[in-house]
Amino acid sequence: MLETTDPMTDGAAAAAIVAAGIGSTTLGLLTAGAEASAALKTALTLNAGVGALSGKTIGATIAFFLSWAVLHFLWKDKDVNFGRMATICMVLIAIGVLLTFPLVFQVFAPHE
Amino acid sequence: MSLTNREFWTLVHGMILGSLFLLAFAGGLAGLWSLRPEFVTAAGMRDRIRRLDWGVSLMAVVCWLTVITGTWIVYPWYRAAPPEGTTDLSTYPRSLLLASEATAKWHEFGMEWKEHVAWIAPFIITAVAFIVWHYGDRLSARERMRKTVITLFVLGFALAAIAGLFGALITKSAPIK
Repeated sequence: MLETTDPMTDGAAAAAIVAAGIGSTTLGLLTAGAEASAALKTALTLNAGVGALSGKTIGATIAFFLSWAVLHFLWKDKDVNFGRMATICMVLIAIGVLLTFPLVFQVFAPHE
Repeated sequence: MSLTNREFWTLVHGMILGSLFLLAFAGGLAGLWSLRPEFVTAAGMRDRIRRLDWGVSLMAVVCWLTVITGTWIVYPWYRAAPPEGTTDLSTYPRSLLLASEATAKWHEFGMEWKEHVAWIAPFIITAVAFIVWHYGDRLSARERMRKTVITLFVLGFALAAIAGLFGALITKSAPIK
């Protein structure tokens, strides 16, 4: 028989998955934002060879790890509503996927 | 029989890391799916968790290596602009694709999506790997968490697979030489 009493909280898991959602949404927002604003696109071009993708991916990676560190610190010893956090994570990932979909982010490009 | 530097890195990015990712996914999914108290004994559970820990961690590392090599090593070769007046575009894949209406969509849709959406996968797979390491066999008693982890694991794989598929198709139309 496996031990069924579990003293471990679910906050650490919630922090990890919500952070994944935040990283995804950040990537989507930066992708759509770079399409809408030439200034942002230039600012995101941290490397000439890679272009604006360099800033978008570094920005999203920082958002992922930073939000994870903060949420982990806040929730690691708490039980949160894991089901709700899982839903929030899925919504954030869906926003990220949607905003990185070419037919969607290209809508933000200025019309000629 | 030899490979150029560009061909070598394209091979590492697409085939070597891609194959490892696929292999780790199959093992990880089977492990997560069968992580139920009614399926295994406590000793079996410990053994399964140990393999699962290494499997999902390998997948997370491979996923990061794939997007990093793809973005920082291979992609600059793909998007390099040809010098003014160049007529042979065979070593400039992006320009080669955009030069013809028949292939332009491979860049405008395929590559544009691939280069972005692939980066969501390492976030998701890293979160999954952390949960598996952190909770270990406790995951088997947490049905909701286990199912969420499986959903995210499959989603992370699907996003990477979309990117991989586009990568293979684009390479067929305009290989990096």
